[in-house]
Amino acid sequence: MQIYLPIAELSVNVFLLLGMGGGVGVLSGLFGVGGGFLMTPLLMFIGIPPAVAVATEANQIVASSVSGVLAHWRRGNVDFKMGIVLLAGGVVGSSFGVWLFTLLRGIGQIDLVIKLSYVVFLTIIGGLMLSESIRAVLRRRKQTPTKRHHHYWIHGLPLKMRFRKSRLYISALLPLAVGFIVGVLSAIMGVGGGFIMVPAMIYLLGMPTVVVVGTSLFQIIFVTANVTVLQAVSNQTVDVVLALLLLAAGVIGAQIGARFGSRLQGEHLRGLLAVLVLTVCAKLTYDLVATPEDIYSLTELEGHS
Amino acid sequence: MTPRKRTAIGILTAAWAIASAALGAAPAAAADDLVVDLSAPVVAITTGFTGADLLLFGVVSGAGDVVVVVRGPARDETVRRKQRIAGVWVNLDRITFDQVPSFYATASNRPLTEFVTPEILLDNQIGVRSLELKAKLKGLDAIEVARFRDALVRNMQRQGLYARETGKVTFLGNRLFRTTITFPANVATGSYVIDVYLVRDNKLISWKTTLMTVRKFGFEASVFDFAHRHSLAYGVLAILIAAMAGWLASAVFRRA
Repeated sequence: MQIYLPIAELSVNVFLLLGMGGGVGVLSGLFGVGGGFLMTPLLMFIGIPPAVAVATEANQIVASSVSGVLAHWRRGNVDFKMGIVLLAGGVVGSSFGVWLFTLLRGIGQIDLVIKLSYVVFLTIIGGLMLSESIRAVLRRRKQTPTKRHHHYWIHGLPLKMRFRKSRLYISALLPLAVGFIVGVLSAIMGVGGGFIMVPAMIYLLGMPTVVVVGTSLFQIIFVTANVTVLQAVSNQTVDVVLALLLLAAGVIGAQIGARFGSRLQGEHLRGLLAVLVLTVCAKLTYDLVATPEDIYSLTELEGHS
Repeated sequence: MTPRKRTAIGILTAAWAIASAALGAAPAAAADDLVVDLSAPVVAITTGFTGADLLLFGVVSGAGDVVVVVRGPARDETVRRKQRIAGVWVNLDRITFDQVPSFYATASNRPLTEFVTPEILLDNQIGVRSLELKAKLKGLDAIEVARFRDALVRNMQRQGLYARETGKVTFLGNRLFRTTITFPANVATGSYVIDVYLVRDNKLISWKTTLMTVRKFGFEASVFDFAHRHSLAYGVLAILIAAMAGWLASAVFRRA
């Protein structure tokens, strides 16, 4: 059954979209990731224009983050103060990101930049996860205690702030910068940015793991909401029909995934996710490097009426 | 397919009746050399839209061959060429073409070269080779423009928006003809111009222009209009819908 997407302006099989939404939902429930970094490339693979894929995925992430954050909030695992500081950076970063996106779209380079960003970040994240999970599996029994608080030059920065929930006393510049960078990526790549935010919070800010996911989700809601509105206003590329189909299947998939996830071992899960990430990455890299079928192309209309 | 065929035959019979009455009353009037109509003046894009077929039919008063040209709403189109930089293919050169038809198809009752002179083809822009596609900037290298022009046509053909081959006009008897115009799912909305030419002895005897519209209808149209006219409200609403859906999912699965 085909459905005509009013903003993407093409017709796509409904069951394909529901399958993708459900499939990515299962993975996100299984691995505890947002899934935007898988869904956006998948949408591009099936022929949705990259600009529509990125903007629509931001809209979908609002839904999945809201449903995720409620569970963490009930358990008291959200550091709102930290979330708001991250968010301040995130709003500025994502606004800048959308501006950059519009500019790149005008000069015909947006597809390249989206794909290159994916290749770079998926390679780094996938590589790190794979090597860590291999190492973890190899020395399962040898447990080495790790130090929580390292002292780097970053701890000498001004504007120190106390974050009670995270039991931290650090410069506000740090979360502001993290928020900004993730915000830019969120706008350009159509992701929540959890896969960068979470490691940054643990390793860079030194936040306790318990509050990391909840706080990350909390700020992702508002950053992706900002991206959605800005994309809607400056590019008119948010397709609500597409977003609704994906999120309806996605929330159900996420619940199924979460139930399966508790039965699998952490290291194996991470290894599987890493393989998946690297596969998507390999396909994107191939697209960029392989000689295209036609080196001439029609780009989307600029200032499309 | 059968119901569609049946209505087509119904329309044709009706057209035949009207046309023969008209011809009987005023024979050989120059303006009535050619009578043309469509099975529907509007193609509606709705939720299940996967493309559409439109039947064009008409009557010619005497002998002759028929050529049909369909042109979609024109807009500027930018063609870009990729080049390999450090192993990666990057868009580099580009040429923007002025007022490019977003859809283009032709049909005739026998191969064009058998009955139309190249001049007629060129003058009336019949066939993609005769289609006038001009670069917006003047003074560009002609060979480059030609390459980009070919690429433009090729890309449009790949998207199914420009026909690769001349379609078939079928004559039923000597005077009544019909052809089917096929629109793909990615067809642009707007006003379409259909020109029908009657050619006899290598000369253009008569032509008729018919207009038709491709429009989004119902829900699709509302969403698109809302997104473009009130983009801020659309964005805010999109977030609210998503937030509601997220909250709903969390509430439902918490209980389950």
